[in-house]
Amino acid sequence: MSKKKIETEKMNWEYAAAPESASHIQLKEKYDHFINGKFEKPSSGKYFDSINPATAKKIAAVAEGNSKDVDKAVKAARKAYDNVWSVMPASERAKYLFRIARLIQEKAREFAVIESLDGGKPIRESRDIDIPLAAAHFFYYAGWADKLDYAFPNRKPKSIGVAGQIIPWNFPLLMAAWKIAPALACGNTVVLKPAETTSLTAMKLAELIQESGLPDGVVNIVTGDGKVGAEIVSHDGIDKIAFTGSTDVGKLIQKTIAKTDKKVTLELGGKAANIVFEDAPLDQAVEGIVNGIYFNQGHVCCAGSRLFVQESIKDILIKKLQDRIETLIVGDPMDKNTDVGAINSKSQWETIQGYIELGKKEGLEIFQSSCKMPKDGYFIKPTLFTKVAQSSRLAKEEIFGPVLAVQTFRTVDEVIEKANNTPYGLSAGVWTDKGSKIFNLTSRLRAGIVWANTYNQFDPTSPFGGYKESGFGREGGLHGLSAYLKFD
Amino acid sequence: MSERINILKTYKIYIGGSFPRTESGRFYNPMNAKKESLGNICLSSRKDFRNAVVAARKAFGDWSDRTAFNRSQILYRMAEVLEGRREQFIAELMQQDSSRKDAEKEVNLSIDRLVYFAGWCDKYQQIFSSVNPVASSHFNFSALEPTGVVAIVANKDSSLLGLVSYMAPIIAGGNSCVILASENKPLCSISFAEVLNASDLPGGVVNILTGKKSELLSQIGSHMDVNAVCYTDGIKDELIQLKEASIDNLKRIKSYMYDLTTVEVENPYIINDFQEVKTTWHPIEVIGAAKASY
Amino acid sequence: MKNSIQIPDFSRSPKVDQVGIIERASRFQTRSIKNESKIQALEMVLNMIDLTTLEGKDTIEKVNQMCYKAQHLHDDYPGLPTVAAVCVYSAMVATAKAAVKGSGVKVASVSTAFPSGQTPFSTKADDTKFALDQGADEIDMVISRGKYHQGEYNFVFDEIAKIKELCGNQARLKVILETGEIGTLDDVRRASDIAIYAGADFIKTSTGKIGSAASIPVTLTMLYAIKDYYLKTGTMIGMKPAGGISTSKLAIHYLVMVKEILGNAWLTNKWFRFGASSLANDVLLQLEKQRTGGYQSKDYISID
Repeated sequence: MSKKKIETEKMNWEYAAAPESASHIQLKEKYDHFINGKFEKPSSGKYFDSINPATAKKIAAVAEGNSKDVDKAVKAARKAYDNVWSVMPASERAKYLFRIARLIQEKAREFAVIESLDGGKPIRESRDIDIPLAAAHFFYYAGWADKLDYAFPNRKPKSIGVAGQIIPWNFPLLMAAWKIAPALACGNTVVLKPAETTSLTAMKLAELIQESGLPDGVVNIVTGDGKVGAEIVSHDGIDKIAFTGSTDVGKLIQKTIAKTDKKVTLELGGKAANIVFEDAPLDQAVEGIVNGIYFNQGHVCCAGSRLFVQESIKDILIKKLQDRIETLIVGDPMDKNTDVGAINSKSQWETIQGYIELGKKEGLEIFQSSCKMPKDGYFIKPTLFTKVAQSSRLAKEEIFGPVLAVQTFRTVDEVIEKANNTPYGLSAGVWTDKGSKIFNLTSRLRAGIVWANTYNQFDPTSPFGGYKESGFGREGGLHGLSAYLKFD
Repeated sequence: MSERINILKTYKIYIGGSFPRTESGRFYNPMNAKKESLGNICLSSRKDFRNAVVAARKAFGDWSDRTAFNRSQILYRMAEVLEGRREQFIAELMQQDSSRKDAEKEVNLSIDRLVYFAGWCDKYQQIFSSVNPVASSHFNFSALEPTGVVAIVANKDSSLLGLVSYMAPIIAGGNSCVILASENKPLCSISFAEVLNASDLPGGVVNILTGKKSELLSQIGSHMDVNAVCYTDGIKDELIQLKEASIDNLKRIKSYMYDLTTVEVENPYIINDFQEVKTTWHPIEVIGAAKASY
Repeated sequence: MKNSIQIPDFSRSPKVDQVGIIERASRFQTRSIKNESKIQALEMVLNMIDLTTLEGKDTIEKVNQMCYKAQHLHDDYPGLPTVAAVCVYSAMVATAKAAVKGSGVKVASVSTAFPSGQTPFSTKADDTKFALDQGADEIDMVISRGKYHQGEYNFVFDEIAKIKELCGNQARLKVILETGEIGTLDDVRRASDIAIYAGADFIKTSTGKIGSAASIPVTLTMLYAIKDYYLKTGTMIGMKPAGGISTSKLAIHYLVMVKEILGNAWLTNKWFRFGASSLANDVLLQLEKQRTGGYQSKDYISID
C-alpha cells in the first residue's frame, strides 16, 4: 500500500473554527430595572437595544432609566440599609456574599458566553479571566465582612449608607463585582448602573442575586446611559459614589458633588509606560507587551499603551513583537481561539480609527497585523506605531484600543522622566533581569500598580487604583475596604 | 535714664529655606482682641504661592528619598529646637490673645506632637503596607508613597498647634508642603519657620506663607502642581470652593475637624491620608523539585 | 561548523522568566483544535514521530517489529503516513536500516555514551563512528552535563562540534540537552545556544532515561533559542521533544506551539520530531474516532 506523502516543504496548517456554544444560555428579549428585589418596568416605558458588536445585531432590549427609576432604587436601597443590611450581623452578610460567589461559579459558562456576546471580548478571556475573577472578588470580600475591625486598628469602622456605583463597559461583570462585593461586605447597600452597551451580565447578576435570597433592596440595578449616571451622582439619598470610567466623566462627578459630603472613589484613565531594558527576558517581555495592549482589545484603563524600548534592542524587540502580533487571531469573540475580539461599540471603533488616522497623518511608522478580518461588526487590527515622539498625541492620550505607541530610550533617568511625564498614574511595567534596577524603577514610577517582568495581572487581594489624574481610592485587597467605610 | 528701645521683628514668609518678603510688597495688619496691631504681616500673592510650590516640588524628591530614620530624627530635632524657644512662642501666643496658661499648653502640645509624629516616620509603612496573597505565582505587595506637594490651610484659631498638628504627619510621610498660616494669628507661624530652619530640615520641604484665605484658596485649589490639600477650618463654603477649584488635576482634598487639644489628632491615619498605595507584582520562579518542606 | 557566525559569550545567554514561559505555555493549551485541522494535525504528528526503543533488553526481533510498525502504523486506516524515523542504540542500526529499507523512514542512533555521556571523548567518537559505519541517518548525541555544571561551556561546545564533523554530510545531528539535569530554564536556554552554535541540526530535550522529560515550557524555551538563531542567521534548526508525550492532545499542543513560535515552515519532520514510543497508538485511536465518530478501544490498535 502506498503511503500518503506529507508535503514537506510548505505545510499550511490553520485552526478550524471552534465556536463556543450559545445554546445553553437564557436571555430574555427585554430586561427591566432591578429594584427592591424585583424586576420593574422603566417609568418611561422605553427600552434601548443592546448590540452584539461582533455582528452589529441586537441581542436584547434594556430598560431606559430616568430620575424616577433612580429615585425608586435609592429609596429601596435606603430602606434596605436602615432596616435590614446595616443591622444584620456581619457574619450573616458574609454568608450572602459567599453564596453569590458560589452561584457565579455555578453559572460561569453562561455568564462568559453572554459577556462575550454583549461586549465583544474573546470567550477565552471572559471564561478564564472576567468571570472567575468576579466570583473570586465576592469570595474574597465575603470573608472581610465580619473582620473589619482587624483591618483598621483603633478606628471602629462603620458602614456609610447607600453607595451609587457607575461602571464601565470594558469588564462588565467584573467591575460590578469589584463595586458590589466590598460595598456589601462593609454593610452598605447599592444602586448600580452598568454601562449602556454592556448591561446584560449585570441583569443576569440581578437574577442570580434574586436566586441567592439576598434581602430586597440591598442591590438595585438601574440601566441607561450617562444621564442615569448623573441622576445617581446628584441624588441626595446617595452617601458614596464609586465610579470607574473616563477621566473627563470623573472630573464631572467631582464637580457635581463638590457641594455635598458624599464620599467618592474614582478609577479613571491611564496611559501606562511599559519599559523594556536590554537585559530583559525579551520573549516574555514581548508577551507582556502583547498582553499589555491587546488584552481585551486594549479596552483596559491600565493598558501598557506606551512602550519604551532601550535603543540597543529596538530592532530585535520590534521584530519579535511584529512576529507575535502576526500570530494573534482577530475575529469572532465566541471562537475559543480568538485572541482579539470586537471593539465594544461603533463609537469606540470610530474613536480608535480616528487615532490610527491621526498617527498616519503625523507621519508615524505603522505596523498592523496581516490577519484575516471579519466582514461584519466592529474590529480593528492590532496596531503598533514606531518613531513616536513624547509630544505626539498618540503618546499622550488614552486611546482605549489595540494601538501601541513605541518610543526608544537610552538611560534609566531618561525613561523614568518620560514615563512619569503624564497627568495619569495608574500603572506601569518594567522588564529587566536586574533586581536592583527593578526596585529603583518600581519606586520611582508614579503609578498605583507596577508590574515587574509581568503585565496586566489582577487579583482580588491586590489593590488597584491610580495616582494623579488616574483617580483616587483603591479597589481590591485590604486597601479597597476603606472606600466603603467611615470612621469615628 | 533712657529706656532701651526694643528691636521689633519684621515678619517675613518662608520659601525654599529662605525668608523673603512677599514679592508683591503688600502687607496687612491683623489685630488682637485688644485692637493692637500684630505687625506688618506679608500679604502673600498668588505669585508667592507659585514660588512656594516650585520650592516644594524641588524639595520633594530629596525629602521623600531620605531614609525614614533620617526624617524621624529631623522631626525630633524640631521638637528639641522648639523646646528651647518656648518663651518666644508663649509670648507670641499671648500677644495673639492666649492666656499664659493656654499659651504654655499650646506650646507643650506642639512639642509633644512633633515628638509623636517623629516616632511614626519609620513605622506607619509597616502598619499600612501589605503583602497580598494573590492566586498566581507572583510576589505582590502594596506599599505607601507620599502623594507629593501638599497645601495646608492652617487652622485659623490655633496659631502654632494648628500648623504643627498637620504639618508633622504630612512631612513625616515624605511629602513637601506649602502652609498658609492663620490669617488673624500669623505670628507663631513665621517664628516656627525659624525653628524649621534650625532643624536640619532641607529648604523647601515646608514653606510658610501669610496672607488672606479669600485671595489664596482658589489659587491653592487650581494649582496643577499641587497634589493634595489639607483643610482644617470646617467652613463649608471654603471647602466647596477648594473642591471645585481642584477638579482639573483631581487633587486629594482632606478636611479635618479634630479637637487639637486632645490626642485624637495623634493617629497615623492622617499620615496615611497623604500617601498613595503602590502595588508591585513580580513573578516567583517555581522550581518543581525544590519544595520548602524542610 | 558554521564558521561565518560569531560565537556568543554563553555565560551571557538571554534570560528566561519561568513564570512568563509557563503563562505562554498555558495559552497554547487553550487552543481548541477541531475537525479538519485536528485530522491534519494528527497525521502530521504520526509523520513526526521518532519511534524509539532504547533498552538493554532490545533484540533484533524487537527492533524488526518496531520497524514494521513504523511503516504500517494501522493498515485499517488507508493513507496513513509512516513515522519519521526509528531510534535505536548503535548496535541495532544495521538491523533497523535493513528493516526500513526503501520506506523513507530514517534510522537514528543514540550516541556518545548515551544516556550519561560519562566517558572519554575518544569513546564517544568511536561510538558515533560505529553508528555511521552501520548506516545511521541521524545521530542523537548527549551533551556532557557534568562539564556544563562546572561552567566548562567550551568543552561542551567542542564535543558537539567534533561529533558534527564526524557526521559530515551523512547524518543529521540531534543534540540531547537532558534538560532534567541541566537545571533552570535559563540553563536550558544556554545549553540550547551552545548546541546550536556548535553545529546541532536538531536540539532535543531528553534521553527518556531520567524522571524529568520533555515539557511544554522547556520546549518553548528551546524554540525561542531556535527562533533567535534563525532571526540572526536565517538558518533553521530542528526541535525534538522526547519523553513524556503520550497523548494526541498534548502532541497537538506542541504543534500549536511550534506554529505560533516558529511558523508553519517548521511543521514537517525535517524540522520537528517527537521522541515517543506510545504516542503513535493514541494518535491512531483519535484518528479512528474522527473517522468513525465513536470512541475507540486500545484492543484494536497493535502494541509493539
